[in-house]
Amino acid sequence: MIVEAGQPAPDFTLRTEEGEPFTREHLLGRTSVLVFYPFAFSPVCTSQLSVYNDLLEDFTARSATLYGVSCDASPSQIAFKQQLGIDIEQLSDFEPKGATCRAFGVLHEGGFPQRALVIVDPDGTVRWSHQADSPGDLPGVNLIFDEL
Amino acid sequence: MSELGSAPLIPLGPSDHVRGEGRLVVVYGDYECPFCAVLDHRLAELDVRMCFRHFPVRSSHPRAWPAACAAEAAAEQGAFWAMHDALFADQGRLEDPHLWARAETLGLDVERFDAARRSDAVLARVKASFRAGVRCGVVTTPSAFLDGVLHPGRDVLDHF
Repeated sequence: MIVEAGQPAPDFTLRTEEGEPFTREHLLGRTSVLVFYPFAFSPVCTSQLSVYNDLLEDFTARSATLYGVSCDASPSQIAFKQQLGIDIEQLSDFEPKGATCRAFGVLHEGGFPQRALVIVDPDGTVRWSHQADSPGDLPGVNLIFDEL
Repeated sequence: MSELGSAPLIPLGPSDHVRGEGRLVVVYGDYECPFCAVLDHRLAELDVRMCFRHFPVRSSHPRAWPAACAAEAAAEQGAFWAMHDALFADQGRLEDPHLWARAETLGLDVERFDAARRSDAVLARVKASFRAGVRCGVVTTPSAFLDGVLHPGRDVLDHF
């Protein structure tokens, strides 16, 4: 079950595009929006990240930082990002695969992330979370802005 | 709540482009999206009242914004639907010279068309359409509202 509002964000370690660790500590001091998506290059994920990216200025205006999270390896995420021409920083949950997704309660039984959104407050507390009914469903970005 | 928070589908207004008679279909579309072209083609053959609203997705479709602005610029000369049809009819040619050629073929004042499509007013109309779509939950194209219910993505084609 996905982490719920009011809970502390779990401890985790993801990898940045540069291969550096990205942990819970990196979320502190800012409002973060974790966008869990199933697969790089899948059509649905493509639309979702494209639209979110077009609204980055609005996220910035609300002091919120977006991160894309998937179980793809970093090179795949980087290629995906470059192909789309987006600026959303990508974080990889490739090794150990799905560990962060499991910690957030969004690991699909098929071994990939559910399509889910988690807003984490600057103090590391989950402000809001949402999991789509199925990985093929796209959560509107309006749902995030309702909470920012 | 921010200005991009959830809101109901905006009712039809004077800035909307509407054609046909019958069941109302409000489409959020992108002129570079091939599934939008298919949907548009199917709707044109049905007895529906279609409202087309812009939802250009820049990252996936780099010419979607200029194309949407071209349609709005044509609207200023009473040729929105003519440009709309011309854009969907040939999605492989959406660069600036192709837009000028369409305007010329449609008999528009090309200079006025080109100034309009680059204007702040036209950009603001497209942007307002995109953001209104975001507020009512649109996140992909094509998306269509049937009887007020959102049907997102290519699956909407199953309804027509």
